Amino acid sequence: MQPFRLRPITLLVCAVCLNAACSGGEKREAGSAPAPSSGVVIRITGSDTMVNLVQAWAENYKKKRPDISVQVAGGGSGVGIAGLIDGILDLAASSREMEPSEIERATQKHGGVKPKEYAVALDALSVYVHKDNPIDAIAMDDLAEIYGDKGKIDKWSQLGVKVPGCASDTIVRVGRQNSSGTYVYFREAVLGRQREYKLGSIDQSGSKDVVALVGRTPCAIGYSGMAYATPEVKTLELAKQKGQPPVAPSSQSALDKSYPLARALYLYSPGEPKPHVKEFLDWVLSPEGQKIVTDIGFVPLHGS
Amino acid sequence: MRRRLARWVSRSFEPLIEWTIRLCGWSAIFFVFGILFFVFREAAPALTGGLNLKEFFTSQNWRPDSTIQPQFGILALMAGTASVTLLAMAIAVPGGLGAAIFVSEYCAPRTREGLKIVIEFLAAIPSVVWGFVGAMVLNPVIIKATGAPIGINILNGGIILALMSVPIIMSVGEDALRAVPDTYREAAVALGASRWQIVYKVLLPAAKNGLLAAVLLGVGRAVGETMAVLMATGHAVQIPHSLLDPVRTLTATIAAELGETVEGGLHYRVLFVIGSLLMIMTLAVNLTADLIVKGIRGRQDA
Repeated sequence: MQPFRLRPITLLVCAVCLNAACSGGEKREAGSAPAPSSGVVIRITGSDTMVNLVQAWAENYKKKRPDISVQVAGGGSGVGIAGLIDGILDLAASSREMEPSEIERATQKHGGVKPKEYAVALDALSVYVHKDNPIDAIAMDDLAEIYGDKGKIDKWSQLGVKVPGCASDTIVRVGRQNSSGTYVYFREAVLGRQREYKLGSIDQSGSKDVVALVGRTPCAIGYSGMAYATPEVKTLELAKQKGQPPVAPSSQSALDKSYPLARALYLYSPGEPKPHVKEFLDWVLSPEGQKIVTDIGFVPLHGS
Repeated sequence: MRRRLARWVSRSFEPLIEWTIRLCGWSAIFFVFGILFFVFREAAPALTGGLNLKEFFTSQNWRPDSTIQPQFGILALMAGTASVTLLAMAIAVPGGLGAAIFVSEYCAPRTREGLKIVIEFLAAIPSVVWGFVGAMVLNPVIIKATGAPIGINILNGGIILALMSVPIIMSVGEDALRAVPDTYREAAVALGASRWQIVYKVLLPAAKNGLLAAVLLGVGRAVGETMAVLMATGHAVQIPHSLLDPVRTLTATIAAELGETVEGGLHYRVLFVIGSLLMIMTLAVNLTADLIVKGIRGRQDA
């Protein structure tokens, strides 16, 4: 009988402990956000292309202003813009411009205040193939035929190359999933506003994942930010049209726009930024903040 | 003294504990209905306005955030889920049932315990780790072995899902086989049946309801699995023509896209419609499995 009688007590003790542990945890969690920085937090969410860059800004800003904590999350530009509209962010990072419909929704949601756009860096969106692929350059028209709906190119031989390790000759299209600003930008820049992507591309959730998968797949072609190049992949030169000289992605070609996929990277504020957010943005645009852009592998707004 | 204290504590707290435990039991029902209610409530506005159900089920164009014309066709996604699940079951059902038969009928007791621990350990591996194995380990192996242009595809996802379902099929299947009374086995031995004849002619027919339930639970697991298939199947919207084509499943679509949707928007609602569809499917599968298991119990009691 003895052990049976003790059992409910054990249970009770467990329950009390658990309860204490839970409530203790809650208290700590509630206290942790404001405590170390006396309540000053800048929340930035969005572009996966920019997540390394924004993270580097956050880390360096902490050295300068230890009282302000910058919290960075990725997920894609679409995730950032959705968060901006829902009003849960201080800044949304986006690798594309906001759509007019999104601006309208944000304005509506925030009592008529328009979101404010800050271009913070430049990127030459790069097209990658496997390092063994003999192709060196591609024209934008061909890219559109590879990625676009009803596009005619699906074999490497149609581009005049034979890829070692790719017996099937199929072009494997690697892309980003549709929350990505890069996905949207690439469609508009390569396919035009009126053309959809061909379905059946391998949609990856991160900029790094695209390059990693292309590096492991001889048949693949993919697009991602210029800062994500690795030794496993080859970066293609792009020609604006067939017959024109191809241009390699570089800080020079991104600045003078001779590279066809040169784009700006943005931070959006839901309205006029609060003073401490504004101070952060000013620092990002200062020479000190722009130097970090170069370090990460993107192009600073006014050249390096 | 200690005993008296113990008796006092148990007498005054026992009703409280009893009620707490009772609440725990009922809360399961509360949660199931709560979740159902929430998912259906979020999905309902899409059904009454904005979503063309015919297009939803018959079109393979999934372009939910197109600036030209959003399209919500889940035919390709359903084909993705179906193809990966079918392949997984084609591998896991023979594998899982074979393991169940071996463990319950052929093994020495000590081997049985060891094997069960190892196979059930498979069930404890987090699904994101399985996805990682699919994307990193199986991908190059499949490219090398089959010459496929890409290794994250139906075959990859099917193998991973099969490995994830085998432990469930095996442990439920083994329970079903062991529930067959020993008198059946003894009678068969008395008639001069070999071991295989016992399994094939006596045990499998006798345990068939339980084995079917095991298979259905495996199917439920495979249909609902998300993270592993997101990583291993390639996440490509298309109707597959071969085992080596990448596909995208219903679950992976929700996981990948819910974060970008604006709360209350059509895309958000449609993802909840897909969620409701998945819940109805898995509930139906689990309910069938449950009823079948009840069926055996009822007959054995009689």
